[in-house]
Amino acid sequence: MPAIIYVLAFTGGFVIMSLELLGGRVLAPYFGSSIYVWGSIITVFMLSLALGYLFGGRLSLHRPSLTRFGLIFAVAAVLLYPLVYMAEPLMVWIFERVEDPRYGSLLAAGFLFILPTVIMGMISPYSVRLLVASTHESGQVAGRLYFVSTMGSALGTLATSFYFVLWFEMNTILTLLAGALLLMAGIAFAAGRLQDVP
Amino acid sequence: MTTPSPEAPNNVWSRKGVAALLCCALFALVPAAAEAKIIHREKSLYSTILVDERGSLICLQFSVRRDQRNQSCLDRNDPKRMVFPYAHMMMLSLLFDPEPRHILVVGLGGGTLPTALHQLYPTASVDVVEIDPAVKTVAETYFGFTESERLQVILKDARVFTKRAVGAETRYDLIMLDAFNGDYIPEHLMTREYLEETRQLLTPGGVLAANTFAISRLYDHESTTYQAVFGSFYNIRSQVSANRIIIAVNGELPDVATRAGAASMLAGRLTPYGVRISDYLPAFTTKPDWDTTARVLTDQYAPANLLGSQ
Repeated sequence: MPAIIYVLAFTGGFVIMSLELLGGRVLAPYFGSSIYVWGSIITVFMLSLALGYLFGGRLSLHRPSLTRFGLIFAVAAVLLYPLVYMAEPLMVWIFERVEDPRYGSLLAAGFLFILPTVIMGMISPYSVRLLVASTHESGQVAGRLYFVSTMGSALGTLATSFYFVLWFEMNTILTLLAGALLLMAGIAFAAGRLQDVP
Repeated sequence: MTTPSPEAPNNVWSRKGVAALLCCALFALVPAAAEAKIIHREKSLYSTILVDERGSLICLQFSVRRDQRNQSCLDRNDPKRMVFPYAHMMMLSLLFDPEPRHILVVGLGGGTLPTALHQLYPTASVDVVEIDPAVKTVAETYFGFTESERLQVILKDARVFTKRAVGAETRYDLIMLDAFNGDYIPEHLMTREYLEETRQLLTPGGVLAANTFAISRLYDHESTTYQAVFGSFYNIRSQVSANRIIIAVNGELPDVATRAGAASMLAGRLTPYGVRISDYLPAFTTKPDWDTTARVLTDQYAPANLLGSQ
């Protein structure tokens, strides 16, 4: 069972950084690729993850289970996928109202990425809760988990910037990311059910 | 990095043209050999700006790599002379509108092109869009660039500027794209959508000149992207540098053979800049020498930097 949780945490890390990298491409046609556009994206992701950690820890207090863990992934997928359709009209809307591309990009990054990223931020603390069996090993488990999810982030960054953007359209990549999250949700649900069977 | 094959079938160069370019190449090489002294080095937000001095030449580079293809040089003994063939080739776009009233230049560099256009057309307005404030300061400090009422620099991302200008219904008779100077290609300026927006900024019959790449797989993709937006265009390749110039028109592309009148009118005016139109005329071609099946670059698919390194 721990192996599955590590796989899920890895995928969560992968999707977060892949999405963050794509964020720059999503915003560029409307707000440029100046340093403040990246500043907006990174700010939004950091804030969202920070909130996600808080909420994930909170959620883990009440009857933690693989099924609920899977639900986090499913919700993240459902919130991420609409970017494919919503990004363009939303950016047009902001572009027409906010003259300064600094605040325009911050607003756009906020509207587009806060929801899915907050949810994905919940993955790490929730994983720790599912994996830790005793306080004695809690530090080691947390360390291992951050290792795995951060390796996922590293690979997500690399794969997206080196290969995905060369092979696929941006919307295809976003769809694949949402698909990966859904797949992880399915795995967690299946594993949760197996666990319930004595 | 590979240079275009000299045997490329449509690179029709007159012997005179080749001679002229070789002479330019030698001109550029000789002072380079004569000890280049770096007089300014700056890491700006967007690139590494390097100014060096080689004899009477002051040159601007956007990379620490010495093999940089695009740069801007000022000859202090002959400030009007355009040192590099690519600048000459850009000026060829005037053949299709010898009297532009409103001009847009994307990418300031050392200010060579906007300054020349401002001198040639003192009553026209020349807008320059430049993302990097440091480039403007360097152009003013080392390259004698000065703004005036009719020559103004707008410090903005070109894509953002273009979108806003389309909304404001600003129109230009001539647009020069010279934004690809460094190691990094701004990918959002090399997509079908960006070119469509740029085309919307052109008056009917307005002219676009773009200084782009003649190297790597990017050449194919960029060509099909311009084709998708403008249809047929003139493709002018330099034999001495990895540049190629695209000249496209918002509307029917006129046959360059019919521009003899404009050519003779411009010839004298461009002489002080070292531009000899007749040398380049044989290089005008509309025949594709690229892979016409290469995928068009879009906002959704814009790996220009990856393609540029392959």
